[in-house]
Order: sequence, then structure tokens, then C-alpha cells
Amino acid sequence: MTSLTLVRRIKARPAIVFDALTTPEGIACWWGPDDGPVLVAETDPRVGGRFRVRFRMLDGSEHESSGEYLEVVKPERLSMSWRWAGGVEDPGESLIEIRLRAIAEGTELSFTHSRLRDEETRRSHTAGWNGALDKLERHFLKEHVA
Amino acid sequence: MECRRRLNRRLILTNGFVFSILSYMVNYNERLGRTFAALVDPTRRAILARLEREDGASVSELAQPFAIQLPAVMKHLDVLDDAGLIIRSKVGRTVTVQLRANPMREAMDWLRRYERFWSKSLDRLAAYAERKEIEARKTRR
Repeated sequence: MTSLTLVRRIKARPAIVFDALTTPEGIACWWGPDDGPVLVAETDPRVGGRFRVRFRMLDGSEHESSGEYLEVVKPERLSMSWRWAGGVEDPGESLIEIRLRAIAEGTELSFTHSRLRDEETRRSHTAGWNGALDKLERHFLKEHVA
Repeated sequence: MECRRRLNRRLILTNGFVFSILSYMVNYNERLGRTFAALVDPTRRAILARLEREDGASVSELAQPFAIQLPAVMKHLDVLDDAGLIIRSKVGRTVTVQLRANPMREAMDWLRRYERFWSKSLDRLAAYAERKEIEARKTRR
């Protein structure tokens, strides 16, 4: 319930897919839910570096999201924190994890967007999704029930 | 390589970051956070699934399938109640619990929106990378 996973098989080698994911030129070509333009794409793909992407949808609305690269292992793994600027769509920070696996036809990309809120959970996400969820839950229990 | 979409850095300066957030949205976000927090726990999901099947049950009926004490069940019900996922009503000494579907629907809408966003984006990413691959092979020859 709390995460979304999508898988794509791409006829391109992992290094090319990785560049498409992390370069402003690449991002400008694919980011966004419709054919509206990407207005800003900034990336600094190293651990602790940040990204910022702003796009306009065909209905004229503009949206911006930004985050921090948490894991950058070219051409296999990429993780980053994510949040919408202004927080219109998103209640807080969430996590994106991308895995690229070389397959005969090119690359299998698996993409997971999961919801994480507190800083500690995000930092220790390598402890595993379940551990993170437990912490997330404790965080919420503290916040809303106690 | 030709990209149909171009960066436009000027626009960002003129448009600025105008996202005025109404308190409605803040409430919405808090509600959504509570919903997802409530749904991460398997016991709570099992309780919700049962309420969906049975259209209402007493607290002791709900506690019965789980190897946990009644107070623990009560705590789970508090979380679900706080997220607006259930309604508790007391008749005599029996507390009946019923499902409220609205917050769940909001959570699903949220997920669907993300799915739309990423699904379309990744399709385009794939097309872009495939063009790049063809280009790279041509250059190597």
C-alpha cells in the first residue's frame, strides 16, 4: 500500500539508462506525466548531491520536485529522497530507489517510490524496507497517538 | 541527438515559486499521512479487511483471530480511528467497529496519481534511452 514499484525493460545498456536518469539533458527529455516541457533540470549525482526538476504540464500547471542523492552506483543503483516543492501533492519526503540490471536485450529497470517521512528513517533506509516501515510507524504513533 | 523537450531557464525566474498552500492542503496531507501510517501495520490491515467483509464487528470479535491482548487491539483501533478509517459506536457494553472508506479512497487516489506520473515518465525514459543506444551504436561504427 505504501509504495509503488514499476518495472521496464529497455533496449539500451545500463550506462545509457543511468545517464538518462541523472543528466539534465536526459531528464529534460522524459520527466513528467505528459508532453509538457521540463523548465529546469539540475542534478549533482553523487551521494549528498541534490537534484531539482521543474516541469509544466499541458494544462499549464507547474510542478517542482527536489531531493538528495542517497546512493549513486553507476550504472546499477540510484536512490534519492524526493519531495514536491510547496508540498501540494505530497505530505512530506519520500524515497525513490532505482535498480538497473543488465539483461540480454539491454536493461531491466525497477523503480520504487515509497513514502518515508522522518529524517532518521530516510538515512537508515539501507536497513531494509521493513525496518524503515517499523520506524515510520513508531514515528507516526508518537506524533498522532501519544 | 534531438530532444523534443528543451530546458528553459528563463521561465523559472519569471514564474518564481508560486505555490500558495491552503490550510486545506495541509489538513489533507496530515490526513493522508495518518492513513498511510495506519495501513503499514499488517494487524491493522487484517482488521480493515475483515471489516470490509463483515460490515461491522465488535472489538472482542476483532481481537479473536489475533494472538495479541485486547489492549493491543484497542491501540490498533485507536490508530485506525485517528486516521478516520473506522467508526466505533457503543451500544450498552458492546463497542461495534465499522469501516469508513473515504480516507482509503484518498490514499488510493494519491497512489494512482504517482503511478500515472511515473508510468508515463518511465515510458518516455525508455524511448529516450533506446534512441541514445541506437545513436551510440552508429557512432561506434
